Amino acid sequence: MAMDAIEIETLIKASLPDAQVTIEDLRGDGDHYSAYVTSVEFAGKSRVQQHQLIYSALKGRMGNELHALALQTSLPKSN
Amino acid sequence: MSDNPVFDRIQSEIDSNDVVLFMKGSPMFPQCGFSAAISHALTTLEVKFKSVDVLEDGDIRNGIKDFTNWPTIPQLYLKGEFVGGCDIIREMFEAGELQQLFKEKGIEITA
Repeated sequence: MAMDAIEIETLIKASLPDAQVTIEDLRGDGDHYSAYVTSVEFAGKSRVQQHQLIYSALKGRMGNELHALALQTSLPKSN
Repeated sequence: MSDNPVFDRIQSEIDSNDVVLFMKGSPMFPQCGFSAAISHALTTLEVKFKSVDVLEDGDIRNGIKDFTNWPTIPQLYLKGEFVGGCDIIREMFEAGELQQLFKEKGIEITA
């Protein structure tokens, strides 16, 4: 089972409304994605906690419908 | 002790080994590219680590995800603490942060 990039982005933004999400379909098979996410919600959190925020936004799909999502998270660059 | 015997087994693994990698397959014969990448990083640093093959134990395979609140495998534990999965470890390794962390925790590495 695969997931649309749009669906991934929508789920992330539902939990982290300010998030900037860049998704790449690594193999063009709808099953191996990379996502680069920035959000102010990541402030003061460890990388593990930042990724956990994303995983919980994906509501259990990670590791199931979504086989591979390489994640990179960071705070938005200040202006 | 928790109410969950699988959690107790996981806890006992990470209590009795400084560095534990929960992975698919073994360091010699990894069964997944992500597990291979992390075990290769540890081998490169010549860190002594205990590997747990989750494919050999379905209870651990499912249990570790809830235990850590982390949906994927591999998972790396250092002195009882979850350090990260594939993306985080790779990022840390490439930035030299993993090497730093091992040193801070008193784990011997050669690189």
